[in-house]
Formats: sequence, C-alpha cells, structure tokens
Amino acid sequence: MDQKTDILQQLRLRFGDQILATQITHDDVTTLWVQKENAHAVLRYLKEEISDPFRMLYDVTAIDERLRSHRQDQPDGDFTIVYHLLSLDRNSDVRVKTSLTGDRPNISSVVDIWQSANWYEREIWDMFGIQFEGHPHLKRILMPPSWEGHPLRKEHPARATEMGPFQLPEEKAESLEKDLQFHPEEWGMKLGEEDTDYMFLNLGPQHPGTHGLLRIILALDGEEIADAAMDIGYHHRGAEKMAERQSWHTFIPYTDRIDYLGGVMNNFAYVQALESLAGIKVPEKAQMIRVMMAEFFRISSHLVWYGTFAQDLGAMSPVFYMFNDRERVFDIVSAITGGRMHPAWFRLGGVSQDLPRGWDRPVRDFIEYFPARLAEYDKLVMQNRIFKARTKGIGAYTLDEAIDWGVTGPGLRACGLDWDFRKKRPYSGYDQLEFDVPIASNGDCYDRAVVRVEELRQSLRIIGQCLKNMPEGSYKSDHPLTTPPRKENTMKDIETLITHFLSVSWGPVIPPGESFFRIEATKGANSYYLISDGNTVAYRVRIRTPSFAHLQMIPNIAKGLTIADLIAILGSVDYVLADVDR
Amino acid sequence: MAEPVRSIVVLVAILVGVLVTAAGLIWLERRLLGLWQDRYGPNRAGRFGSLQVAADMIKIFTKEDWVPPFADKPVFVIAPAIIVVTTLLSFAIIPFAPHIEIVDLNIGLLFFLAMSSLSVYSVALAGWASDNKYSLLGGLRAAAQMLGYEVFMGLSLAGVVMLAGSFNLREIVEAQTKTWFVIPQFLGFVIFVVAGLAETRRIPFDLPEAENELVAGYHSEYSGMKFGMFFVGEYIGVTLISALIATLFFGGWLGPLLPPPLWMIIKTFVFICGFILVRAALPRLRYDQLLEFGWKLMLPLSLINIMVSGAIILVAS
Repeated sequence: MDQKTDILQQLRLRFGDQILATQITHDDVTTLWVQKENAHAVLRYLKEEISDPFRMLYDVTAIDERLRSHRQDQPDGDFTIVYHLLSLDRNSDVRVKTSLTGDRPNISSVVDIWQSANWYEREIWDMFGIQFEGHPHLKRILMPPSWEGHPLRKEHPARATEMGPFQLPEEKAESLEKDLQFHPEEWGMKLGEEDTDYMFLNLGPQHPGTHGLLRIILALDGEEIADAAMDIGYHHRGAEKMAERQSWHTFIPYTDRIDYLGGVMNNFAYVQALESLAGIKVPEKAQMIRVMMAEFFRISSHLVWYGTFAQDLGAMSPVFYMFNDRERVFDIVSAITGGRMHPAWFRLGGVSQDLPRGWDRPVRDFIEYFPARLAEYDKLVMQNRIFKARTKGIGAYTLDEAIDWGVTGPGLRACGLDWDFRKKRPYSGYDQLEFDVPIASNGDCYDRAVVRVEELRQSLRIIGQCLKNMPEGSYKSDHPLTTPPRKENTMKDIETLITHFLSVSWGPVIPPGESFFRIEATKGANSYYLISDGNTVAYRVRIRTPSFAHLQMIPNIAKGLTIADLIAILGSVDYVLADVDR
Repeated sequence: MAEPVRSIVVLVAILVGVLVTAAGLIWLERRLLGLWQDRYGPNRAGRFGSLQVAADMIKIFTKEDWVPPFADKPVFVIAPAIIVVTTLLSFAIIPFAPHIEIVDLNIGLLFFLAMSSLSVYSVALAGWASDNKYSLLGGLRAAAQMLGYEVFMGLSLAGVVMLAGSFNLREIVEAQTKTWFVIPQFLGFVIFVVAGLAETRRIPFDLPEAENELVAGYHSEYSGMKFGMFFVGEYIGVTLISALIATLFFGGWLGPLLPPPLWMIIKTFVFICGFILVRAALPRLRYDQLLEFGWKLMLPLSLINIMVSGAIILVAS
C-alpha cells in the first residue's frame, strides 16, 4: 500500500491535477486516469524519470465504454486506452487509463517510448479503430487487410449468423490474395544495399519451421537476414470477442485453447481473475489440485518445446521420446480430468471434480520415471556439440532489451534475472511450495533451453510436494457464485433452488468491477483483465499473452544471422501462434 | 561361360542388386528409425511392413508428374537423372568378390571421385531449374557444401592409395589380406566417413534439403518419380559410400568361412545401418559451420594424415 501512495504522490507532485482520478479495482494494481493530452508525458515520466522506473510496457489495450452502465467513478468517454506498466525494481504494476471521445478517436502513439508498443497499438487500431498518431506502421495486424469494421467495438457483430452468409466469388478471392502481396516499402524495408539487391523470401504462413501459421518476410543477402517483417493473425479466432457473448462459466473452455499447449494453465489465470471479481475464496485442496495440474501442463508444454526445438535443429529422434513422455503426462491428466490437451478443468471457485480414487499412484510413478529420462535428454540434446554450436551465442538479447520488449518467463530468466511470478507474486499457495527459479546468463538460444530444461525438474519437484501434502477438504468453494453451483444446496429451500437454477441456466451474475490476474504460465506472464458490468457475461476480457510480446522482438534479434539461425531462434522462443493471435 | 555373357550377367546382377538394396533401404531406414525412436515404423503392408516398398513404388509411379510452369523444363527433367546415373556408374568400379566387378579400372578411385563431383550438379541444377527461392537456396548450399567436403574426401583416401600402391579397388582389397586399412589409416577412415555423410547429404549435412529451414530445399518443386529419383539417388549414394568404406578400409570381400560376396554384403549393410543411426542421433550443422569444419579441421587433418602415412611408408621401405 505504501508503494501505491508513493507513486500517486510522486505523480501528483509532478503533474498536479493532470492526474484526473484514481480508480478502485479488485486487484492490487494502482489505476489512475490522465487526460489524453498528458498520457504521453506521464508514461514517459513513469518509464524514464521516476525512481525505480516502470520499464516494461506490460500491456496496452482499449475498452469500448459506450454501452457500459457501471462506471460512475470514472471520467466520461467513449473509449478507454489502458496502459499497463510493470516495474521489476519495485515489483509493482501501474495502470494508466485515458479516455477518448468520439466515434473514431485518436491519441498519440507511445512507440517512441517503448518499441514494443508497436504491435499493441496496431492491435487496438485493428480491433477498435482508434488512431495512433506518430505510429510508424499503423496497419491491421490480426484481421485481414480487407476486413470491414473493427471487431471489438460493441456495434460489431459477434456471431457469423449476424453477418449474412459468407461468399467468396472469384474477384473477391483474387483481391484478397492481392492484399497479401508484400510490398517492402510499406513496411519500411529497403530493397537492397548499394551494390546488392535483397532477395525477399516469404517464410510461411505454411512452413515446417514456424510451428504454426506465421508469416515472416525476410530480406536476404545470400543467406544472411538483412531485415525481417512478421505478419501474424492467421490464427486469430476472436477469443476476446467471444468472451463478450459466452457466460462467465462457458468461457472457460475457450481459454484452454489460447495457449493450446498450456491446457488448464490458461484456466488458471482466468478463474483467479474472476474469483477476485466475485470475491470467492478457493479452498486449500482446490488450490493445490490447480497447482498440480498446472505444473503437469508446464511439463507437457515444455516437452513439446524441447522436442520440437531439437527437431528445428535437425535432430530427428528427441521429438519422439518427448512426445512419448508427454503422452504419459496426458495419461495422468485424463485419469484425473477425463480430457487430454484441453480439459477445461478449473471452475469458478475450485475445480470440476474431486481427485479420483487412486490418483496418487500414476503421479508417483511418473515422478520416479521422469528424472532418468531428463538425464538422458541432457546427453542427447543439451550436451550435443552440434546442438551447442547451433545455439550458443545465437539470438541473444540483453536483460535491458528483454525488459524493453516485454519479455517474461524463461526468456527473461535466461538473461540472468531471477523473476518468476510464482515467487514474486505467489498465488494459489505457491509460497508454501519449495522450488528454485532457474536462471542463465547469456540470453541466447542455448540459455533459454537451459532454463526450460531445469524448469521441468522444478515442476516435478512441485508435483512431488503436491502429492505428499494434498490437503483434505473440499475441491470447490461454497460461495453462491461458484460454477456450477453445488447441488447439495438445491434441495433446502426455494431460495437456493432458484439461485441454483439461474446459475446453471444463465450463469452467475458477477458484480460490476474490474479485475486483473497474472500467472507465470508456461511461456511467460499470462494475464486476464476482466471487466464486469454486473451481468452474466463479461463486458470486456483482455487476454495478455507472453507469446505476443516475444514474437514481436524476433525480427530484431534475427538481423545479421542466417535462415538456419532464425529457425533456431523461433524454436528457442517457444511461442504458440494461438497464444499470439488469440 | 563366355566372357561377354559373364560380364552382362555380372552387370545386370549388380544393377538389380543395387536398385533392390536402394529400394529396400526405404523400408529398412524407416523400420530402424522406428526401432530407435520408440515407435513402429511401417508395419501394415506385408509382414513387418515388408511390402511397404512396393506400396511406395506404386504411389510414386502413379502420382502426377508435374513440372511447374515457371521451371526451366529441360534442366528440371535432367537434374534428378544425373544423381541416379552418376551414383550407379560409381558402382562399376566396386569389386564384390575377386572376379565379380563390372570394370577393373586402373583409376577406379579417381573415377569414383569424379562421379561424386558430378552428382552435385544434380542438386545444384535442380535448385536452379525449379525457379523457387527455397530450391535456389538449397542448390546454393549444395554447391557450397561440395566445395567444403570434396577436397578432404579425396585427400582422406590418399593414405589408402599410398599403402596399396594403386588406385585400383581390386588391388586395394588384395593389399589388405594381412591387415585391414582401417588400422593404419584410422584417421583417413574417420575423415572419409564424414565426407561420405556430406556426399550423401544426410544429417548432419543435409543442408541442401534442411526441411525445417528450406521446406524441402532443392526438391521442393519435385513430385512423382522425379522426386523419387532424388530419393533413390540418396539411397544408392548411401549404399555406395558404405560399399566403399567396406572396400577401402575393411578388406572388401575378405573374411573367413563365408563366401566373399557375402562378406562384402554384410560389411556394406553394417555401414548402411551406421548411416541410419547417425541420422537418428545428430542435429544439423549450419552451412557456414560445415564449411569451417571442412576447411579448418578436416582439410588440415587429412593433410597431416597424408604426411604421416607418407613418412611411415618411406621409413618402412
């Protein structure tokens, strides 16, 4: 609390009443409002001048406020831009909001303060039609260039049935195809140096090395990458828009598919944000089940990364071994949840069901089995000399660059910073578990791998503690807003029966407010920023994913390297395209 | 048997034998990789999947044989033939038993080196003729790679030639009656195996193809039997290099009890399996690393090998 008032005081001292208001939210993030004209200066001050500055632009997003009824404590406006900053020195967050009026508002870009704002601002332009003045390349990023309308605006339909039948006549197909033609000048790319013309190579969206639908356009001088541009959005499914039409409860399975290798790890951030909004306290047992399942998915996700990374470098066998082990993890997951990759197992207030009888045996077997395999993989992959030659010193970035680009997770720890949200902001009982945060020092492809491999061991350690210390008690909270509500309560009186009926048919009504929750997901910091307008559905859900930030910086670290190195970098960054595009 | 008839029989037998081996390798490699990778590999067609080769052949022969409209057609068609022809021609000089060989060439080893240099044209031209950027990069890599390994490949064999006093493969085998050359020429053997891996463009030297980087590299645009020729060419290459290793360093057909051709075949297959194992075990080098490896490590090593071998031979005589 001290820190909060401290920031506010400093800002008030510097900017006086340019700071319009502060806002109370259900999270512990200081939220303040500034005028559109001052936003840029306040943000620059927070990044560059304040002591222990907020150097990471964690997220930028917007809210269409035009239909929202519960916002009496906030300045008027049609749209709100939300800048979410993170200070690693202070271990604290600050949220700067500014409201815009008009149908097509504009605001000055902050790309000159943070390069990483580039994609975030493009996304807001794409989704809300808000102009950013001074942005170097304000083009659509997730939607196709020919898309009409801006999907996250409230007037844009959410369902295909509201849009009329889809047709693709020949001329339209041709014009769509033409839209995708690449013009280097538009991206600010040079056509060549003095005596060389670059060859432009279109890598993707279908390419074996991109791990999904990602298009990278390379300006090549021989095999050396002179410049690169990334084109994303091929995996965009409009998850944030869907959140505005699904009930709070029925959105849970959609989150599984955001980082589709993370499974319940995605549920984890969403349900915790929702629980803080609803004021639900989760029983200890449910917390520990969640931690255990999340760590299983960390192992499963890291195994996919491990195998495919080796595969990217041409090693053919590891991927088979690692997918076999992943299958063992899935056996446990399916024994407990019934699902494999996307079990959608977490519920508002707990988990879907209690652990089945005998759950501990497969878990124990796995804990005994896995370390020997990891030791073998070390020999096969990490200690292989060709593997080292291909990854050491390749795709390195410094800690400062990492912070500037919003890198979190293993990518940040590989630069030598001991930063893990499970330690720094413990949630769901992580503070009672013993585990180390592995770090490395060079920030190159090899070090990112070192960190992840060690994380596999640490996750196993956490699971071992969950196994030993699984508490007795309920797997779900008694709170009336839990989903689905507990059946035992229905038969007592008419009141509880009605509540149950409504909660099941319409879903729970979550009190109005804003809440944010961030977890250390498999790939970095994943967070859900939920806004409730006191309804059965979310007013706005913002999903901040680590892959988005990580992918954005790749062209920067790939310059001057070769195509083969680029593939190594892509593998080492460990992104999931669904996590990028949402 | 009259001499010409005998030659024709030998020729046909070797040709058929090599082609059958190359085709069989499709199955063998996939089964072995499956075994080493904790999975099955092809096991549906025939017993243990033994008819997989037939199924693959039917598939590859009946696929649309497509030439992209933007390709340089004559070159595009000729390129895959070059690799098959040159590798098959190399078999002409390999003695499978004392009198089972196609030609008893005085410059046998030089002939093989010449053919192996020619075979790279196949890949480079395929990459060029496809008029596809990925293929082009693959072709370029093949040409650069050839410069990297071809030099030390030739030099690595100089020791063998010095010991045997001949380029003739039959005489080289006969010179190994007492000791196999792998013992005096161990360094040469290692260098030749590395060069052989590069020659066949297999992991860790499969840069021209490099699936993860260049999609399919030089043969991205190829389909049907033209693609099949590259495929078969690669397997013939593997067989060829294995047969050469057996001949040059492991005494060729020499061995007790079993008939000579069988020894030759057994030795060849051991090395073929070795090649497959290498593919299962190693990642891929980057292309500048391969060049550096070739010029800065393998070339000096093979030169040292020549000097030391020469000195020892001089002293011994």
